[in-house]
Amino acid sequence: MENRSLISISNLSKRFKVGNGEFLALKNINLSIAEGEFTGLVGPSGSGKTTLLNIIGSLDIPSDGTAEVLGKSISTLSHKQAAMLRNLNIGFIFQTYNLLPVYTVFENVEFALLLQKKTFAERKIAVMEALDWVGLTDKVKSKPSQLSGGECQRVAIARAMVKRPQIVLADEPSANLDAKNSHHIVQTMKRLNKELKTTFIFATHDEKVMQYLDRIISLKDGEIEKDEFVNHAKNE
Amino acid sequence: MVAFKLAFRNLFGAGLRTWLNVSVLSFAFVVIIFYNGYLDGWNKQAYIDTKDWEIGNGQLWHPTYDPYDHYSLQDAHAPVSGNIQKLISSDQLTPVLITQATIFPQGRMQNILLKGISPAQQIIKIPSKSLDTAGSIIPAVIGKRMAFAAKLKKGDNVLLRWRDKNGTFDAKEIQVVDVFSSNVSTIDNGNIWIPISQLQQMTGFENEATLFVVDKTYTAGNIDLWIYKDTHFLLKEIDDIIESKKAGSVLIYGLLLIIALLAIFDTQVLSIFRRQKEIGTYIALGMTRWKVIWIFTIEGSAHSILAILLGSLYGIPILGYLQIKGIPLPKTMDSYGITIGDRIFPSFSIGLILSTILLVVISATIVSYFPTRRISKLNPTDALKGKIS
Ligand SMILES: Nc1ncnc2c1ncn2[C@@H]1O[C@H](COP(=O)(O)OP(=O)(O)OP(=O)(O)O)[C@@H](O)[C@H]1O
Ligand SMILES: [Mg+2]
Repeated sequence: MENRSLISISNLSKRFKVGNGEFLALKNINLSIAEGEFTGLVGPSGSGKTTLLNIIGSLDIPSDGTAEVLGKSISTLSHKQAAMLRNLNIGFIFQTYNLLPVYTVFENVEFALLLQKKTFAERKIAVMEALDWVGLTDKVKSKPSQLSGGECQRVAIARAMVKRPQIVLADEPSANLDAKNSHHIVQTMKRLNKELKTTFIFATHDEKVMQYLDRIISLKDGEIEKDEFVNHAKNE
Repeated sequence: MVAFKLAFRNLFGAGLRTWLNVSVLSFAFVVIIFYNGYLDGWNKQAYIDTKDWEIGNGQLWHPTYDPYDHYSLQDAHAPVSGNIQKLISSDQLTPVLITQATIFPQGRMQNILLKGISPAQQIIKIPSKSLDTAGSIIPAVIGKRMAFAAKLKKGDNVLLRWRDKNGTFDAKEIQVVDVFSSNVSTIDNGNIWIPISQLQQMTGFENEATLFVVDKTYTAGNIDLWIYKDTHFLLKEIDDIIESKKAGSVLIYGLLLIIALLAIFDTQVLSIFRRQKEIGTYIALGMTRWKVIWIFTIEGSAHSILAILLGSLYGIPILGYLQIKGIPLPKTMDSYGITIGDRIFPSFSIGLILSTILLVVISATIVSYFPTRRISKLNPTDALKGKIS
């Protein structure tokens, strides 16, 4: 394992207001994730996986403690700085794909780069390369409505990867897919993790995904119950 | 750029709803241009006609002359000075003497304004040349409205009664030698035009006038006791009428515009409500909330661009046709005493079109922006869940 720590979380808690009271969704989390990891947050529904992933992705902030991502403390970022961090360094993959329905496959992937003010020539090369990684170069002109669920998620992977972020956060990426497609997309991500050294962090309770993970962080009721590195020679 | 592309894609994607909004807005757009162009055309025409037929390039008034008070006419006259005589000789102005009189067509009695004008004048379009007759009977020209009201036609005689300067009544026959047709009713309704020299003789106001109509070449302003009234002053009544008509028409197209804007507002509220997940995705991809607000505002505002394009598509041929052919008016309009032709040729100026485009774009942008402000308070994690808050 590389030793450079991309993400370091210490004494992190997250409380949500619920009615008049509060709900403690994450309790005193301490965690460090290094460059190139292929890690999963696993645990039952409601254990806090999405909440933690959102904080790492600077979409939310800790109530207590600190979360440092790429050397930046999430709680201290302005809206604009957080947007910048996501735009340049973090890719998101969602359970429901979240593609823009009015855009073609090409445009959906290109979108992330448009925010970076890249020229069309630069964008085109990068988009085609990203679509090549996920095997969708023949669908550039299709609209999301014309694709299967698996293909949609591959477009979403290309969109997350096209800007070559250091970190990709994938929240239940396989939950809407059948077994074959689930394997396919996780294998794709694993390959990109190897080739591009991109750090992947999953939130999942899907066994099919877990078998590919190098590290499994088990959450239960907002606490880390187990954190183990897996040594597996299978599934390559 | 991203915003515009996305806006149009989303609008076209929304299909029927977009076209409904766009159609109503385009209709408001065309109607605004139509109404204002119609009134501007009317205004322009009324200006030209009134100048041609009544006021020339302005008038010189006797200090006591008040066109709204006929009793002022008793005193509102003075001799033509040598100064002015020179200007008359050089065709820079022409005198008009006005007095009250009565005619008795078919035994009825009708009060009129008797106006003396020089048969040789060419400053206004009244066919005064017809008054240049040699006969012993007093020649008169009247307008078609007057002719209709008094049941007079060319060649008819009618008894005229007037007072001279001492207040003594006198009566004589006059003969209608010409009936003219003019859009300007104020020189027509209740007006009888006779040679000024005859009127001066009849009243004993030798060589006197009530006012002078001046030509374009006249530049002197006030002269002797005569007060110069420029065209701006003399056309004010038309301005007032057009102004009040414009105010009235705002009600009509304002309502249309408001309906269109409400539809856009409603669409905006709905799409922000429905598309929370999309908003969350934009933020996750690295957009700031303001950028997202901008995207949604542009999307709503883009309705106005489509409306202007669609409006041009049917507006240009329709309004272009009306501009060439004119808009025929019902006969009844004439009796309002407003200067108006049988047809109005609307005037669609660049200024009118540009200001209407601006109005439509700006108002659509404002109503599009307001619903988007709640994006700034939206929590991206909630938005991504598509949570309805
Ligand atoms: N905005 C919120 N307001 C109140 N409570 C919240 C909020 N977001 C999450 N929670 C609560 O925090 C807990 C953790 O939620 P989280 O979404 O992180 O769970 P999860 O592990 O991702 O579950 P799942 O596997 O079902 O996606 C849950 O009990 C949830 O009800
Ligand atoms: Mg979750």
